[in-house]
Amino acid sequence: MTVVRTQSSTTNKVLGYPLNVWYVAAWDKELTRKPMSRKVAGRPLALYRTEDGKAVALADACWHRLAPLSMGKTLGKDQIQCPYHGIVYNSAGRCVSMPAQETINPSATVPSFPVVERHRYVWVWLGDPTQADPELVPDMHQLDSKEWAGDGETIHAPCNFQLVLDNLMDLTHEEFIHSSSIGQEELSESDFVVTHDDGTVTVSRWMFNIEAPPFWLKNMRDKFPGFEGRVDRWQIITFRSPSVINIDVGVAKAGTGAFEGDRSQGVNGFVMNAITPESDKSCHYFWAFMRNYRLDSQLITTQLRDGVHGVFGEDEAMLAAQQAAIDANPDYEFYNLNIDAGGMWVRRLIERQLEAEGRLVPVA
Amino acid sequence: MAASNIEVWQLGTVVEVEKIATDVQRVVLEPSLPRKAEPGSHIDVMVRIDGTEDRRSYSIVESSEDGTRLAISVLKAPLSRGGSVFIHSLLPGDELEITQPLQNFPLRVGAGRYILLAGGIGITAMINMARVLKNIRADYTFVYAGRSRAVMAYLEELQEVHGENLVVHVDDEGTPLDVHSLVDSATEDTELYMCGPIRLMDAVRRTWTARGLSYPNLRYETFGNSGWHDPEEFIVKVPRLGLEVPVGKGRSMLEALEDAGADMMFDCRKGECGLCEVRVLKLEGTIDHRDVFYSARQKNATEKMACCVSRAVTSPTGLASEASASGPAVVTIEVS
Repeated sequence: MTVVRTQSSTTNKVLGYPLNVWYVAAWDKELTRKPMSRKVAGRPLALYRTEDGKAVALADACWHRLAPLSMGKTLGKDQIQCPYHGIVYNSAGRCVSMPAQETINPSATVPSFPVVERHRYVWVWLGDPTQADPELVPDMHQLDSKEWAGDGETIHAPCNFQLVLDNLMDLTHEEFIHSSSIGQEELSESDFVVTHDDGTVTVSRWMFNIEAPPFWLKNMRDKFPGFEGRVDRWQIITFRSPSVINIDVGVAKAGTGAFEGDRSQGVNGFVMNAITPESDKSCHYFWAFMRNYRLDSQLITTQLRDGVHGVFGEDEAMLAAQQAAIDANPDYEFYNLNIDAGGMWVRRLIERQLEAEGRLVPVA
Repeated sequence: MAASNIEVWQLGTVVEVEKIATDVQRVVLEPSLPRKAEPGSHIDVMVRIDGTEDRRSYSIVESSEDGTRLAISVLKAPLSRGGSVFIHSLLPGDELEITQPLQNFPLRVGAGRYILLAGGIGITAMINMARVLKNIRADYTFVYAGRSRAVMAYLEELQEVHGENLVVHVDDEGTPLDVHSLVDSATEDTELYMCGPIRLMDAVRRTWTARGLSYPNLRYETFGNSGWHDPEEFIVKVPRLGLEVPVGKGRSMLEALEDAGADMMFDCRKGECGLCEVRVLKLEGTIDHRDVFYSARQKNATEKMACCVSRAVTSPTGLASEASASGPAVVTIEVS
């Protein structure tokens, strides 16, 4: 028996991606009767909806000569036709029509991947389909709950998905990258608490009796017109392995008991992040900012989405530059700081999942 | 996971051989490049017949989680081309060239209901699928039909594992399979996976179509080794190339033509793709169409045949013992 030794550690600059998981492939609104192409975890997918509205994910390569099915068109109830030689498949990936012959080759299938629509996202499972339990879709209920309102976008980030996870698990970077919106020096001065279990990592940071940065002052004034004064601010970051990070963020009038559980004198947001690996060096970063006040204001929804768009644009530029620097300096290592504890637990959990799948192989 | 059909050849070491039913040998192999075998997958094996190497496909019946051990079970078919006789001669310690698992018969997870149908040695393709369906608590019926219990491999252990989900039909006990009632039990969301002799698969296919069930929900695999007739030796003539070649019982027409120096086009070698098509100019005898490429209409027309699997015969009943005494069948063809 050949034993292949693999080496990996939480200090790898970038990690591989597990396959026996649900990844967000798209926003629900993106899937239509016109097929679209999206690569998820290294696998090009053709995504479309059946006549009944059911989401479908097929390998984006015709069985015959691998032409992309996403360039084809949907037919009938649930079918898609290869644009090149007209071979037709149903939503299970089975060939239902083959040109210029009276029979269908029984081997003619394209892989069809399990799909679940939940929380405004379309989730796909690229690993062992027998393990694709819809109950394993991570909780992101704020995205489609009556008690929350908001919207989001997708960033096509030119970096390994782990770099985005690192970014979100340590928000001290806000002080430096996002100084005009949500950054403030208390971020790097305040203490934080890290906890973890088998599938989650949580980083909590509270800042008491501080000035509200511009983004949060605006939000407070949306709920409490004319608000002046100091606030208590929180960031509770929860990672759900391997690709989801929900961040409970907000500020409340200083000393009104937010830390103890009474957030009535504040504003609360949830940043819903799903980071889907595309390749070793790129990912689809789906995010939304949800709030639990002034739910009926489309203006605030748009303002928050556009505001966060600007903030995340600053991250995107840094992540692209970081990946480029990693690629340009293959002989340099990563070093880790105390502030990286959250991100390091994330790496540990992902690594364990890769190990369980027998796929613990460094990609860089 | 996506099925892979990239051929990776490796060494397989025989670690166990065991007779598990009349003329059925189970062979356990340890591959040198182990890979997990998905349900429905098979390996291709280089077999030696009369000193020459040839290639055969066998379903993977059992596979360890890490793929380091896999088992095939092979029915000795003396009338066929000789691959099974070679497999039956293997002993522990023997090494042979095998591929990593190949997949043409994937099980789809997520159907409302499943029927698995195995006829005879076709059971080897269905065992792994049934195991997975049981594990994921799918709604499935596993139908196993055979001539007699003695020839039905794995019968007892399957009864133990699948209990009431396993339905057994035994010809010599007067409980043969009734294809019509089987197909009647299929609903619109039923997927039927089958592997067995050509007569059984053809009957299911016709009934399935007649009932208006979704054709892509009928899944089957054929290695092109089952015919309507027992194989007979016959003669193939290619006037343009000046060839007149005998095709022995153990050779395919394609192989015989290749041996005679004809430059033949082909791909799958199991009667699926249609690339080995030859045009029939003249026929003395009957064609035993063993492919799944031509429709019934095309087969009846006898204008073309898939020379990788189909043969010419004289026997009116299909039994080799009733082959014509006045000489072998002769098929005159044109090749591409």
